[in-house]
Amino acid sequence: MQPILETRNLTKVFHRGSLLARDRIVAVDNVTFSMQRGEVFTLAGESGCGKTTTARMILGFEQPTSGEIIYGKGEERWHPRVWFSQRIQAVFQNPFETFNPLRKVEGYLFETVNHYKLASSKAEAEELINSKLEAVGLSYGEVAGRYPSEFSGGQLQRISIARSLLVDPSVLIADEPVSMVDASIRMSIVNLFRRLRDELDMGILYITHDLATAYYLGGQIAIMFRGNTMEMGPVQEVLTNPRHPYTQLLRESIPEADPEKKWRGRISIAETEQEEYLREGCKFAGRCPQVMEICKKQVPELVDVDGVQVKCHLYVDRGSVHEEVS
Amino acid sequence: MKQKDVVLRTENLKAHYVLDVPGGQKVVRAVDGVDLQIRRNEIYGIAGESGCGKSTLMKTLYAWINRPLRLVNGSVLYTKDGQEFDVYAVSKQELRRLRWQFIAYVPQGAMSIFNPVVKIKDTYQDFLSSHLRGKTVEEMFDIAKEHIEQLGLPASILEAYPHQLSGGMRQRVAIALAALLRPSVIFADEPTTALDVVVQRGVVQLLKDIQERLHNTIILVTHDMGVHANVTDRLAIMYAGRVIEEAATVEIFKKPLHPYTQFLINSLPQFGDTGERVSAPGQPPSLANLPSGCAFHPRCPKAMPICKQKVPESIVMGEHRVACWLHAEGGEAEHAANS
Amino acid sequence: MAIGSTLKDLFRDYRFTVAFIVLLFLVGLAIASFFSPYDPTIWYYAPRDLKPSNEYILGTDSRGQDIFWQATFAIRNSLIISVVAGLISRIIAVAVGLVAGYQGGRTDRVLMFISDGFLVIPLFLILVMLAMLIRDKMNIFNTGLLLAVFGWAWDARVLRAQVLSLREREFTKTAVLSGTPTLELVFKEYMPYITPLAFSTLINNMSWAIGMEMTLSIIGLTNMDIPTLGTNLKWALNYQAILMRRWNWILTPVVLSVLLFIALYWLSISISEYLDPRTRVQRVGGE
Repeated sequence: MQPILETRNLTKVFHRGSLLARDRIVAVDNVTFSMQRGEVFTLAGESGCGKTTTARMILGFEQPTSGEIIYGKGEERWHPRVWFSQRIQAVFQNPFETFNPLRKVEGYLFETVNHYKLASSKAEAEELINSKLEAVGLSYGEVAGRYPSEFSGGQLQRISIARSLLVDPSVLIADEPVSMVDASIRMSIVNLFRRLRDELDMGILYITHDLATAYYLGGQIAIMFRGNTMEMGPVQEVLTNPRHPYTQLLRESIPEADPEKKWRGRISIAETEQEEYLREGCKFAGRCPQVMEICKKQVPELVDVDGVQVKCHLYVDRGSVHEEVS
Repeated sequence: MKQKDVVLRTENLKAHYVLDVPGGQKVVRAVDGVDLQIRRNEIYGIAGESGCGKSTLMKTLYAWINRPLRLVNGSVLYTKDGQEFDVYAVSKQELRRLRWQFIAYVPQGAMSIFNPVVKIKDTYQDFLSSHLRGKTVEEMFDIAKEHIEQLGLPASILEAYPHQLSGGMRQRVAIALAALLRPSVIFADEPTTALDVVVQRGVVQLLKDIQERLHNTIILVTHDMGVHANVTDRLAIMYAGRVIEEAATVEIFKKPLHPYTQFLINSLPQFGDTGERVSAPGQPPSLANLPSGCAFHPRCPKAMPICKQKVPESIVMGEHRVACWLHAEGGEAEHAANS
Repeated sequence: MAIGSTLKDLFRDYRFTVAFIVLLFLVGLAIASFFSPYDPTIWYYAPRDLKPSNEYILGTDSRGQDIFWQATFAIRNSLIISVVAGLISRIIAVAVGLVAGYQGGRTDRVLMFISDGFLVIPLFLILVMLAMLIRDKMNIFNTGLLLAVFGWAWDARVLRAQVLSLREREFTKTAVLSGTPTLELVFKEYMPYITPLAFSTLINNMSWAIGMEMTLSIIGLTNMDIPTLGTNLKWALNYQAILMRRWNWILTPVVLSVLLFIALYWLSISISEYLDPRTRVQRVGGE
């Protein structure tokens, strides 16, 4: 099946520091993945792993240093942003910051309709907005004339989703959409994504560090660490049978809501984020319980192991080297 | 339970925000009648969603009340060296001495503890010098270094500026700072929020280590039930400014009694289970506009007429406490009769 | 409407109320100047150095003019200068700050370079030089314009800083994804944040302009034929009013300008505090 969104060797390099001593931080390092319609693709990892930077590049808020972003039938990236935004929309992490607190929320909904010419009269616009709001469990009557401060986090997030649905996008990028929403309402929003995936055949790029909801949504997953894709494959397989030591660590560290299943063993985080980014070789070498000498010097290749791609020296001779797409 | 086991207790504690809005005043009843008895040598968790008043409860227990927050009722009694005293009755000087040496507080978003223009080691030294006399700068540096390393943090962070550390690292450094003077009570307000799972585990591990070392009391406030499951001994669930259930953590997860707690536990996605998960219907109430009687009744599937009329009292069943009319005498029967 | 309740809330602050009344009084005086029976450019129309009386409310000065009516012209012209200076410098500051802040990159660097240039140039020397060269051609509007040209640079940076932080906020992204073009975005999204800032800097700038005008007058660098607070003061000093104990003459511009400064200052801080939600919350809930 033709992927709806692809990245190839997407890379972003930041320079930190002064004129005299500049560090080169590779925030996103040759990230390659592809997404299908009607599927959830999860980008998972700690904060500072490059997942948000990847999303920003796809949305056009950040210029890639190298690599490509390809949408749909192989059209190149860097079309004017408006065109892109009609196919790709986004929902962000902080529902209270998504809308300008000094403006009424409906302003954004009407603006979207007007700028993309989705309706020819105010009545038509209202109808369209209402239908999208109903799709997320709200209605225009509830939203009209009110400011962001009058809504809860969950409601604001729904309104944000409704806004992005107005243009009928094929891809929705959701950057930590539920991490700031109350636990008791979280699942209703995650269920909403499930419905969007099924009913609207939408491709959802789900960015999170919450592996439990990623598992719940199914699809594919890419585990990122300090800019690198460490493991990538079907989410069921990757999370029940983690191969990369980092994935194993992530999997173990998810706090189970069950006092009988507490964490076993200890972890140690002894380097700062910057130090880890500047490492030669595999970025995880400082924390890896199975580290070898080669890990500290050479970045491992991405290899295919039983349908899952893993970037780890432990698997280099086992799997077949991942073929570069030409 | 012996009295001398208790290190902190309150009775019917109430603290409200009195706000000025166009057209008059608005009273936000953030803490609205809380009874607590927190013991020595335990990790006590306070759980609840945002807007339930748990952060305000923390601040009230720590005696950090500033306008527009006011203490409306009750007292906060600590037990130190066998003596009980009201933290609101002591002098400002005494309170300053108590803070950090007896009670420590790690606020939400610990970044605010650190002065952004000095290195971490300077904040540590500043801390030490205001509470310990007669040490040189080098000696204080060594104390700080040893403390940090014992807790598994890299010594290099002492030479860094706060903005150079990631959120998770800063949080751990802040917690280490709170434990520096070996306080008997440490309050941690949402220490793991906005952190990813691995760093979160590091933070929780740190708290556990500190408690094991100092045998003190840690009061942990967070909405993350997974964290509570992993580290707390006893757990209190807060809703709309009141404690609606309290028991040993294992009990809360195995046998939640209050309908809200049941929703909370059941809505958590268990790994490996992709069945549809259900959350509680409706929204939590605004603390400025609480429903009559039991604050949960508008959302409760088991609500009875009495729930709308009277605020439920705390019913004690051994070590398990719940504020729900279902568990009062004849409560279950009345519910069965009504439904 | 929102204005009504806003004003009501502002009036609760005694500083705003007092400042408002004082300013109303001063503006009233300025308006009264249009009804003056005397032409301020004519000398010796009245007996000199008279004490306050029924005919001459504040007495007369050594140039044979009624002090009261002179003062009304003085306050009118000073206010006009400060308003002209304030408004024009705001327009420049807002334009420069918004463009530099949102565009970033080269535009930002160039604009800030120019702005810093204005900050660094020894303002006083330039004003002195200009004033010396074109003193006689200066009228109140030119003076206002001149002060405006030197009064925008600092606030341009302040506004730019605000725009820089707004640019990083998430609602900017929402607006972009809603298809909003840049100019519309900056106006619709940022103006509510910029306007209070621009307004409070306006008042400060007005104070500065009045002070600057008075300073230049004292040194003798403004057109002495135009009555302003500064020139009135200068004339009084020229005629040794202090030595001759002609208090009615020398104190009139002094008292008026002090009242004006205090009123503007109190207006400025009461509005700033009102707009800052944190201090608002603190004022309530007290004993």
